[in-house]
Amino acid sequence: MTINRRRFLSGTAGLAAGGLLAGTLGTRHALAQASASMFTPEEGATLRLLRWVPFVTGEEETWNANTAAFTEATGVEVRIDQESWEDVRPKAAVAANVGSGPDMVMSWFDDPFQYPDKLVDVTDLANALGEEHGGWYEGLEGYARQDDKFIAVPLCAIGNAICYRDSHMKAAGFSEFPQDTDGFLELCKAMKAKGTPAGFPHGKAVGDGNNYAHWLLWSHGGMTVDESGAVAINSPETKAAIDYAKALYETFIPGTESWLDINNNRAFLAGEVSLTANGVSLYYAAAKDEAMKEIAEDIRTTNLPVGPVGTSVELHQTSTISIFNHCQYPQAAKAYLAFMYQADRMNAWLEGASAYCCQALKGFENNPVWTSNPVHAPYAKASASLRPNGYAGPLGPASAGVMADYVLVDMFAEAVTGQRSAEEAISNAERRIARYYR
Amino acid sequence: MQARPARSSSILGWLLESRNGLGLLFMLPAAVFLLCFLTYPLGLGVWLGFTDARIGREGIFIGLENYIWLFDDPVFWLSVFNTMLYTVVASVLKFALGLWLALILNQHLPFKTFFRAIILLPWVVPTVLSALAFWWIYDSQFSIISYVLMNLGVINEPINFLGDPTNARASVIAANVWRGIPFVAISLLAGLQTIPQSLNEAAALDGATSWQRFTKITLPLLTPIIAVVMTFSVLFTFTDFQLIYVLTRGGPVNATHLMATLSFQRAIPGGQLGEGAAIAVAMIPFLLAAILFSFFGLQRRKWQQGGGD
Repeated sequence: MTINRRRFLSGTAGLAAGGLLAGTLGTRHALAQASASMFTPEEGATLRLLRWVPFVTGEEETWNANTAAFTEATGVEVRIDQESWEDVRPKAAVAANVGSGPDMVMSWFDDPFQYPDKLVDVTDLANALGEEHGGWYEGLEGYARQDDKFIAVPLCAIGNAICYRDSHMKAAGFSEFPQDTDGFLELCKAMKAKGTPAGFPHGKAVGDGNNYAHWLLWSHGGMTVDESGAVAINSPETKAAIDYAKALYETFIPGTESWLDINNNRAFLAGEVSLTANGVSLYYAAAKDEAMKEIAEDIRTTNLPVGPVGTSVELHQTSTISIFNHCQYPQAAKAYLAFMYQADRMNAWLEGASAYCCQALKGFENNPVWTSNPVHAPYAKASASLRPNGYAGPLGPASAGVMADYVLVDMFAEAVTGQRSAEEAISNAERRIARYYR
Repeated sequence: MQARPARSSSILGWLLESRNGLGLLFMLPAAVFLLCFLTYPLGLGVWLGFTDARIGREGIFIGLENYIWLFDDPVFWLSVFNTMLYTVVASVLKFALGLWLALILNQHLPFKTFFRAIILLPWVVPTVLSALAFWWIYDSQFSIISYVLMNLGVINEPINFLGDPTNARASVIAANVWRGIPFVAISLLAGLQTIPQSLNEAAALDGATSWQRFTKITLPLLTPIIAVVMTFSVLFTFTDFQLIYVLTRGGPVNATHLMATLSFQRAIPGGQLGEGAAIAVAMIPFLLAAILFSFFGLQRRKWQQGGGD
């Protein structure tokens, strides 16, 4: 309800602004913030944005409403094409290298680093936005900046957090959710003993499986490659991460090694597992279903526990927007992005996404969506705990390839299922990583 | 004699008037079609296998490097093993069960047409849909099979269909067999109906048992059809992708990764187009071997006529 009212208000505001300015020379004065007046769209400009298929309807509606307001204010038509999220990468890569197709792409992870020389330098825009809104989160900035140059504008993190059944945790003898990995293991053991086990995917789950595997590795101080891109997976830290994963796996519901992205949601909603990690969509699946009211009221969320490394580090999904060199109207594209990042626009969008998307700019951390429901709170910290994949090396085809080939997911799965010893699993992963970073 | 130089001076004239020229002209659309949509993609795939191409970026020629890397990549060899196992076991089962089904359907059964129609269902349903159904059947928590067996008291906890390597392989093979049987059964049924009834009757009069009639008459006369049907069946199985992709994506720990799924994983989501192409090209020798075996092995006249080698 609140979203609808907000949308209505912002929509009418846009209309009013457009109406007032229809007769004046330009539109730049209507936009209060500095970044907004930096770019003037070229005469007769039109834009095409390629984006991933929205996961939340409210997010799509607010994005489209903001876009419509931009068109209203500037006269620049923006066509939005949607692709399923796994198809964005090949589509965008081909568009970049063929030099035609969409002007802008909303892509995932390190996609901009696959074709950095085919992208418009957006340093001016990104710096202006960063200054206006309290700066970019470091992890997200890492996905957008190559050396001193922004090749993309960070958009959001799709947060991942632990979802658990409060009553089952209490029944297992815990009044507070443990904050560190050791306590977390104890909790999982106790929950297993009570017949309400945890479950994290060890199967080829693109999102959840990678999130879990990267958290295991990073929370114990492991890394795939060092700063120079030399393979660094073979370390005592990785061994510790695998040992921990094995102990944790013992407490899981059987069958997690076959889990794809949707399985943990299904098992959780059916009451088969009482603790897993997921996006906020899991909560909404329960909340929207009258029959699952009981589960929805019992769901609590929290961030993944902190390991020996001492801070909260997670992968999450990250999205950025970049402008292709072949875009005929780069000023219009920058003006569009500047418009979408205006405080009221961005706030409306974040609210529309109902905690699914976490802000890329620190200035938006007080968005009402994070306090509107206690379940949302951990997802607000996604951008702060986010670390780019391929840590600690440079981003590029190698980091992308290692993740797409499930090297880390396989390494942990091999070890926890006993298919290989921890040492063999590590050396196998080492070989595979070395191949990509050759 | 006077017309000749005029004709040869114009290629178009020659094309239109000569018998061979006209034939060439008529074959041209098909040839162009094959060149554009078969030869070119195949050639491009082979070429890409020799480059380090990534998606959207042209690669440079790196010779056999992709193949050398694959040669000592355990994941690749595992996928080769999985593909062989999958193809051999599934094809044998499909053949045995399909032939059996065809023989039954060839008898005089009540509602014969109805059964013949319904048998086609698994083949008619789009693979992705049937794969999704199997995904639920094999779910680690909600499998109907586990549910029934647990309620009957046969087992205590759900069967880990897709989580255990052996179970996972058996499960995907079972799903593939279920889907592939109708093709084999219906094709063999068509073959059975071309066998003249009089041969069987004559043999029966001579006192041949039904087993003798099957091995000496039906089977030899059916071999040409079997050769064709099984070639297709093996090719479909070998190149299967959808079923695996929906059920396991190659998991658990690559235990069900086929060459086709590994090729896709490395080439498209992974962006390593060259390596993916190399894996796909590595499938060609196996496919050629299967085709050659069926054509030269099963289609020998002598054997078909009941003689030895």
